[in-house]
Amino acid sequence: MEIVLVGLNHRTAPVEVREKVSFTAEQAQRAGEELRARGILEETLVLSTCNRSEVYGVPPESSHECAPGLSTFLSEFHSVRADVLSVSLYHHYDQEAVRHLFRVAAGLDSMLLGEAEILGQVREAYRFAHERGATGPVLNRLFQGALEAGKRVRTETELGTRPMSVASAGVKLAERIFGKLNGHRALVVGAGTISEQVVAHLRDRGVAQLRVMNRSRDRAEDLAKQYDGRVTEWGEWDTALQSPDVVVSSVSAEEPVLRRDVVERAMAARGNRALFLMDLGVPRNIAPDVAELYNVYVYNTDDLSEVVQRNRSARESEIPKAQGIVDEHVAKFLSWQASVELVGLMDALRMKLREERASFLRARMEPMKHLTETDRAHVERLMDEMLEKLLLEPAERLRGERELRRKIQNVEALRDLFLSNREKP
Amino acid sequence: MRELGWPGAPAQKMNHLFPVLTALAYLLSFGLYVRFLSTGSKLTGRLGTVLLGLGLIAHYFALLERSRGSHTVPYHDLYGSMSLFGWLLAVTYLGLELYHRQRSVGAFVLPFILVFFLAAHLAPADRLPPPAVHGAIFALHVALSILAYAAFALSFVLSLIFLGEERLLRKHKVGDVVWRLPALELLAQMSQSSVLVGLVSIAIGTVLGFVWVDRLSSQYSFYDPKYVITLLVLALYALYFRLARTTAWRGARASKLCIFNFVIVVLSFTVVNLYVSHSHRYF
Repeated sequence: MEIVLVGLNHRTAPVEVREKVSFTAEQAQRAGEELRARGILEETLVLSTCNRSEVYGVPPESSHECAPGLSTFLSEFHSVRADVLSVSLYHHYDQEAVRHLFRVAAGLDSMLLGEAEILGQVREAYRFAHERGATGPVLNRLFQGALEAGKRVRTETELGTRPMSVASAGVKLAERIFGKLNGHRALVVGAGTISEQVVAHLRDRGVAQLRVMNRSRDRAEDLAKQYDGRVTEWGEWDTALQSPDVVVSSVSAEEPVLRRDVVERAMAARGNRALFLMDLGVPRNIAPDVAELYNVYVYNTDDLSEVVQRNRSARESEIPKAQGIVDEHVAKFLSWQASVELVGLMDALRMKLREERASFLRARMEPMKHLTETDRAHVERLMDEMLEKLLLEPAERLRGERELRRKIQNVEALRDLFLSNREKP
Repeated sequence: MRELGWPGAPAQKMNHLFPVLTALAYLLSFGLYVRFLSTGSKLTGRLGTVLLGLGLIAHYFALLERSRGSHTVPYHDLYGSMSLFGWLLAVTYLGLELYHRQRSVGAFVLPFILVFFLAAHLAPADRLPPPAVHGAIFALHVALSILAYAAFALSFVLSLIFLGEERLLRKHKVGDVVWRLPALELLAQMSQSSVLVGLVSIAIGTVLGFVWVDRLSSQYSFYDPKYVITLLVLALYALYFRLARTTAWRGARASKLCIFNFVIVVLSFTVVNLYVSHSHRYF
């Protein structure tokens, strides 16, 4: 039983190659079916995200031998020249493949360290393959272990808890004031790319009501339509500021569009209900003295960038802890793998010794004509008993071996010494 | 072993098992809550809660054992009163933690529980005469009053945290702790929940106190300055409850009012009880 992984990611391949080698759901299914039909792999799973395309599998023969076949298959499947693809592809086998997947699920291999989406993508890829019968006992166990490791990293470390972009940092900071944002209202001033990023985050966090205000009404309407919001007329601050809890401003303006007197009036009208203002404009859209108002929290781009920078360091400091969890789960998987292999190895060894015993007895007992059938059967039984005794002790010792590396080494040594390639389980 | 009882009473030896277990559980719980606040490990937080629960059970038996051993009630002396206060503070906090599913303020509340529990044990042993049998109404009056003080103490701690976190957010000092503390709105809600528990307890407790005094009016004076300050406390917290929820005072101002109110509670618990009140000494 060996595991093979062939793939590429944001570190090994530029976006032009990544987009050519990405799989749609239908392609992932077809690729798996073809790989199994051609006998390249017995179990298959395709993991495809915007930053990585990876094929995990269990080959019928030695995985090292099937890796070139897999590379060729990928090249043909996506119609990408083999020489272009080969420089971007990585191949991992067994322990390295296991470790790679567990790191991926934990978010340790992501472009954005500790990103939350990858665990869901791994789960979805596994569910998809499992439902179509593409996985078997090995990949099932492998991916369940990876999901378990990923979940533990998410709950036991802070690798993914801190926001890493200015937009998400702003939204998370708003949650420090209001708690969960579902049921809260937001106003977005400006309809550019930055506003759109923040709107997407706000919608993800369940903001109940979204209003968009922009100088150009058409663009405001486009953004509002896209995110199920409503448009507010430009400049109607007194009305616009009455209901929202979060205001995000990102417009091009020489002078601040939100002055102290405007916000002061609004705060009086809303009974000093807390107001979180995110100023993403340069020059600033919100007058600095607005921050002095009671229950008003103002964060500009620099403030948010500083938060992101601090979070990046905090996330990096969590890597050893996350790696420790990954190592623990890799060891758990390998231990399972070794125990399964041991059972298979012992069966193969027993079969081989019995075959040897049969041919040995046949040759040696041929001239002994005086032996009855009962005597022959008795001799065979005695030899079988002796073989079982011979096998029992090393098997017990191997099973009881506590150190994983040693256990795996011993299993491999036994296999290499006593079994030919054809007989290996 | 510590001797218990009143002058002339046969000396009773107090078993230290439950007090030691209580102190240990509270201390460990405090350590785990601090670790939870600094690392964010959920398992550590859960263990902190479990140990607080175990501490509460041990604390209950410590109070029970002492009451039985000295044939008294927990609130009859300074020890009992402080220890019962600590226990009720822990009960109120645990209830609030489970209700709001928020354990990151445990690190700030546990020191208060520990201080009251340990101070009760370090306080000189009272040798008071055995308490008169006052009946269930009186017992309930005292228990509810102490529960109210505990709930107010909790809202005081929560208000302090609110002010600290609010200040950090306004100054843009968003460090590790800020990400782990509850959101400001949740802190305000927790403080209000706690004040509500206090208000209901003190209102019922006060009514029961008046009922009890009414029944024994021939024996006790109707005029005790404690009544005035209790009604003042009730009015101030009711005012806080109203202002914090619906008016321009919500936020930091309401938290400051809550802190001020607790200063009045402390005055009521100390100066008024010890030097002014005729019939209230330790509650």
